Amino acid sequence: MKKETNNNIALNFNTDWKYAPAPESTDHIKLKKKYDLFINGKFVAPVKGKYFETTNPATEGKIADIAEGTKEDVDIAVKAARNAYENVWSKMPAKERAKYIYRIARMIQERAREFSVIESMDGGKAIRESRDVDVPLAASHFFYYAGWADKLEYAFPGKKPKPLGVAGQIIPWNFPMLMAAWKIAPALATGNTVVLKPAETTPLTALKLAEIFQEAGLPDGVVNIVTGAAATGAAIVNHPGIDKVAFTGSTDVGKIIQKALAGTNKKYTLELGGKAANIIFEDAPIDQAVEGIVNGIFFNQGHVCCAGSRLFVQEGVADMVIRKLKDRMETLIVGDPLDKNTDIGAINSKEQLKKIESLVQIGINEGGDYYQTSCSIPSKGYWFRPTIFSGVSQSSRIVQEEIFGPVLAIQTFRTTDEVVEKANNTAYGLSAGVWTDKGSKIFKVTSQLRAGVIWANTYNKFDPTSPFGGYKESGVGREGGLHGLSPYLKMN
Amino acid sequence: MTTASPASIREAIGSIQSPAIDQVGVEERVARFTKRSIKKDSKMLALKLALSMVDLTTLEAKDTPGKVRQLCSKAMRPHDSADVPSVAAVCVYANLVKVAKDALKGSNVKVAAVATAFPSGMTTRNIKIEETKWAVGEGADEIDMVISRGHFLRGEYAYVFDEIAEIKEACGQAHLKVILETGELNTYDNVRKASDIAMHAGADFIKTSTGKIQPAATLPVTLVMLEAIRDYYYQTGKMIGMKPAGGIATAKLAIQYLIAVRETLGAAWLNPDMFRFGASALANDLLMQIIKQKTGVYQSIDYFSKD
Repeated sequence: MKKETNNNIALNFNTDWKYAPAPESTDHIKLKKKYDLFINGKFVAPVKGKYFETTNPATEGKIADIAEGTKEDVDIAVKAARNAYENVWSKMPAKERAKYIYRIARMIQERAREFSVIESMDGGKAIRESRDVDVPLAASHFFYYAGWADKLEYAFPGKKPKPLGVAGQIIPWNFPMLMAAWKIAPALATGNTVVLKPAETTPLTALKLAEIFQEAGLPDGVVNIVTGAAATGAAIVNHPGIDKVAFTGSTDVGKIIQKALAGTNKKYTLELGGKAANIIFEDAPIDQAVEGIVNGIFFNQGHVCCAGSRLFVQEGVADMVIRKLKDRMETLIVGDPLDKNTDIGAINSKEQLKKIESLVQIGINEGGDYYQTSCSIPSKGYWFRPTIFSGVSQSSRIVQEEIFGPVLAIQTFRTTDEVVEKANNTAYGLSAGVWTDKGSKIFKVTSQLRAGVIWANTYNKFDPTSPFGGYKESGVGREGGLHGLSPYLKMN
Repeated sequence: MTTASPASIREAIGSIQSPAIDQVGVEERVARFTKRSIKKDSKMLALKLALSMVDLTTLEAKDTPGKVRQLCSKAMRPHDSADVPSVAAVCVYANLVKVAKDALKGSNVKVAAVATAFPSGMTTRNIKIEETKWAVGEGADEIDMVISRGHFLRGEYAYVFDEIAEIKEACGQAHLKVILETGELNTYDNVRKASDIAMHAGADFIKTSTGKIQPAATLPVTLVMLEAIRDYYYQTGKMIGMKPAGGIATAKLAIQYLIAVRETLGAAWLNPDMFRFGASALANDLLMQIIKQKTGVYQSIDYFSKD
């Protein structure tokens, strides 16, 4: 059933009626000029006295100086965490631990607006997303895991779950606040203490979270935040006082960590890259699937490990889907992350922008059919227009490699077997999407896909009750839900 | 039953393959429209645009020539302020078309008449055709017909198609708006199918509701219809208009509808030839907001004429 579409007819989205700027106010936020390390319940200067800048990727302007934690600082932080673990946190009745976690969740909700604005300033993501997704979800993770704190024996019947000790946690720059919540909430609920390193380009919301820990009266040393870059992360991974490593980030770094941990007693979870297949069958709800493609690849500027970056469309509807996708892309607003109408914010860093640009150039050189929206972008800051490549093949580098930007590679397929084979033909296996109006087809296809998270007739939906994690080079272990408890526990 | 339609029309019905509609996805997309923030100049433009798209409507058995004349006066000059546009049309029962036509003489405001045993459509096809011809003869520029929901829900799509095609023929030069009465169609899949049938059968506009059944117009239903219009345009190059009617009483909601139009169909549909609001209370709220934008303060509702 080939869907007819006449390509001489075009819609014009360049209307006289423009949306006037609607920037979210920044008057209500409180930021310091300089942030120290958060160790043992206090903000303390780094031993070596070094600081680096965190900037706003939408303006390239400096926001604050951030302490650069070294081996020495990590050592102090791990000792503080150990002390808090042995003398306070592991001794405290579980229901008391839960009260702290609930309190943190409530305080995040109370200050949601402030956190959303800071998240958008520091990381470049659209306020619509930080306000509606990141911050509310971060609060829900604390709420959810608070509930488990005194019910661990029911979570694992017949076993006696015990905490591991000190967890070293390293989080990425794409969802700074949400990833901090993903890591800290289950660690605290299971009775562990934490040394967390936020990404160097987005440390602010984690440091603001430290202020909440202080206000919530969380005992000193239970959560320590050591800011810095790769060397700081390595110091955490390699510190002998760490019992468990939780890392979210690139597959390359994940492999380095896995090597470093080989032969040690440290438990670990790695949540790494992805190159997800988003599969549109002919019988799919087409207009909603197009929206799903947009949410899959353009959500958070495509800085999403589970982004639907490989689109597979069944032949009969391919022309129609691509045409509709292009029309929809024309209505996406790229610009000031703090504007409430912005759909796509700034690329997180200059480095990431260069990486996206170089991979897109490779895609063009490989001969893919390239299309980019005509939207205007600000002159300052790091930006990339929503981009699609059709007519690419499995051997194209833009089909194989994670771009981590708003760039979609489109292929067509005829049969279910063919698309399953292509979808699985990747080193990654984090997520996938399937679009069809037939329930039976959903089950048939999803059971053959080797991916940790699979969405049917939707994409990029997250919930604290649902486990998340990858197959193959997309990682080890699961976070979220009941499954997210066990990496922080030993069972006797 | 009237005579069967020509083979070519039968063929057309066969080619209508409405895509599946996912309810959750439609409602999520609508949520994005409602989160757009429209301020300042952008808001002023939208308010005036919305006002120019209103079909001022009175469809009550107790309607009088006097009431219709008042409505027409409001339609031509909604407010004493010079830069406020007139509305698009006045919508009445066919027996009051002449009164309206007379009152609107010399203006650009159109007269729309509801026909085909509005609002239920529960009569024979011949009577519907006769009523349509009568309304057109009285001077109606536009005919708002209702589809036979009973036949549609029984799956008798060809009956619905033929009826629309025959009413279209009876309209002559008058524009035909086809009311789907989405509040009785139960699913978005049905709304989509009815939209496709109406467009293929000759509708110039598709319209959500009579205003007599709840729910009347909603944003998700309107989005489904706008997407049907888009697909029809992609296939044929023909531009079909859209009219949500009933339940749109506030300027804020009207602007959300305009956002849906802007982001689904674009510039060519953002005018009264292609998009209308079937409403009565909406005009005054739009006026109130326009004055508020100009002066910075809300005026008492008593300063706006209720016609």
